[in-house]
Amino acid sequence: MSAVPGTLAVTLRDLERRFGDFVAVNRISLDVRQGEIFGFLGPNGAGKSTTIRMLCGLLEPSGGQGTVAGLDIRTQREEIKRSIGYMSQKFSLYDDLTVEENIDFFSGIYRVPKEKKAERKAWVLDMAHLQEHRRTRTGLLPGGWKQRLSLGCALLHEPRVLFLDEPTSGVDPLSRRSFWDLIYQMASEGVTVFVTTHYMEEAEYCDRLALIYRGELVALGTPGEMKGGLMADQVLRVACDRSHEALGVAATVAGVRDAALFGRDIHLMTEDAEALAPRLRRSLEEGGFQVGAVERITPSLEDVFVSLIEARDRADGAQKEFKA
Amino acid sequence: MSGLNFRRLGAVARKEFIHVLRDPRALGIAIVLPMVMLMIFGYALTMDLDRVPLAVWDQSRTPQSRELVSRFEGSRYFSVVARPGSYGEVEGDLARGRTMMAVVLPVEFGRRVASGRKVQVQILTDGSDANTTTLAISYAEAIVRNYSQELLVEKTRRITGRPPALPLDLRFRAWFNTDMESRIFIVPGLIAVIMMLITALLTSLTVAREWETGTMEQLISTPIRGSELILGKLAPYFAVGMVDMLLSVLAGRFLFDVPIRGSLLLLFAVSAIYLVGALSLGILISAKAKSQLLASQFAFVATFLPAFLLSGFMFDIANMPKALQVVTYLIPARYFVAFLRGLYLKGTGLAELWPECLLMVAFGALMLLSAIRSFKKRLA
Repeated sequence: MSAVPGTLAVTLRDLERRFGDFVAVNRISLDVRQGEIFGFLGPNGAGKSTTIRMLCGLLEPSGGQGTVAGLDIRTQREEIKRSIGYMSQKFSLYDDLTVEENIDFFSGIYRVPKEKKAERKAWVLDMAHLQEHRRTRTGLLPGGWKQRLSLGCALLHEPRVLFLDEPTSGVDPLSRRSFWDLIYQMASEGVTVFVTTHYMEEAEYCDRLALIYRGELVALGTPGEMKGGLMADQVLRVACDRSHEALGVAATVAGVRDAALFGRDIHLMTEDAEALAPRLRRSLEEGGFQVGAVERITPSLEDVFVSLIEARDRADGAQKEFKA
Repeated sequence: MSGLNFRRLGAVARKEFIHVLRDPRALGIAIVLPMVMLMIFGYALTMDLDRVPLAVWDQSRTPQSRELVSRFEGSRYFSVVARPGSYGEVEGDLARGRTMMAVVLPVEFGRRVASGRKVQVQILTDGSDANTTTLAISYAEAIVRNYSQELLVEKTRRITGRPPALPLDLRFRAWFNTDMESRIFIVPGLIAVIMMLITALLTSLTVAREWETGTMEQLISTPIRGSELILGKLAPYFAVGMVDMLLSVLAGRFLFDVPIRGSLLLLFAVSAIYLVGALSLGILISAKAKSQLLASQFAFVATFLPAFLLSGFMFDIANMPKALQVVTYLIPARYFVAFLRGLYLKGTGLAELWPECLLMVAFGALMLLSAIRSFKKRLA
């Protein structure tokens, strides 16, 4: 059970899953190292949950291979289930059981050794800050607390790999932050964390990221690598009044590859931000907009992902036209 | 599926017990519903004919006619509710359902009886319900024939000075149900039908509920085995089912006055086997349906209708078309109905009822194995 540094906790090779004609996961290959926090990013329906379910032995892959903790996801599903923790997207503890009863149930299912049972239970209650609520019905707890308890129950048997499927969806930002503190704590103890999310700020917390879109792996790397090297375009930030209307005007200016709203600002993708800036200011002012700052900025992860996904859409579109 | 870990089984059983105990409405239904059904069917499903509403049109108004009428009045099978004065009234009462039968005595009744001549007695009935009518006619026939025989005996004595010796003397005695009360026959079969329905309904929700709420996805990501989950889920419902069985037997004994002639131990042992089969059938349905609504509806149709109609509880299997008779062998309630009737009414035990018991063991084992095998640790 001890973690060997540098070994691979999860591997995927051309992993594929089809539902009829629909390809939910299209030949994804990647590796996750032991002890890493690995983020699996993508919009809803991109294939994140399908991938995680195949890794946890809940879904049979249609093609390709994969291993979790050195075990084959096709042939050693039950062995995998003993050595992983899994938290599904939907809250899935029993609402009519108390906090303590839920812990006891999963403790029994995972066969936590008798002599360690009390200690593990205390650990979970402590970690989830639920000491005083051990006799509360789980259904009465607020969302963030339930998530912490779910995490605790998935960790009772001290798994080496933890799979979290959108663990913080529907949880308030403060609870989300404290949930990530727990994930860091796990990782520091050597647990590999494989987490899916569609929150960009959460992506920044991960050691490494995979971006998937329409079942395909679009990008793989650390958040720093993604922001630095993956984007050919530069980003120009424009502060402007009536930004929603201004967006339409800005998008038509020559040299603008893409335009999107970020809060009140407009972010423009372009090959040469320095050249574009004066032209853009002129166009907007001629259109009667009050233009504030126009500056080149370091792209955020969101910029990177929007740019990558749009590039992918354009490529797909071109391919379709070519075929037609 | 190989192997079974009692720690995991225990964890599931405990969780399921908590589910059952924390849902007082479901628990209440599980206890009250069988009792309500026993009351409704036990009292309503009587096949005994009592107090048939009768109209009497005595046109003769003589001591002889009054004598015959008084015999109808004195019978527990009839209750004279109308005294019409014309065929119009007789027909009106029958049509409106006020009466089921009418006895019409002609004007010359008294005179002809007194003079020892033959006279006709007319009986008109509402033939809509053939079974009941047939029964009522036979009761009426018996009264009239009795009176007729007495008149004959009286006449012979007057002529010869002593009563005639009748050639045949009929003495009948009904065994097992001495008073021939249908509830003694109905209640044991009813218990079998009710247990089949209530148990399958109880478990039909358990697996489907976990699929609906999403807890199943969590559960199948753990090392749990099918045998542990299914047996663990059976445990509390088995307890509830045995309580239902006990209450039904008590109600049968003390409310309906149905004596139990066979061994109580055998009664509960075989009931336990039947319960495991019926509960497993419910789980099997639940696992296949994956939706609570679908599962409970299917459980109702799959258990209640065949148990009610094809088990021999309502309709005698020997009178069914051959093809349907073959189908009844597939209805486990058939064996339980036969077993309970034998044990209750005749006091028979394993010596006579072993084929039924063996088939129930087979049913229980088959259902349990199918339920365990139906549990797939996969999402699609």
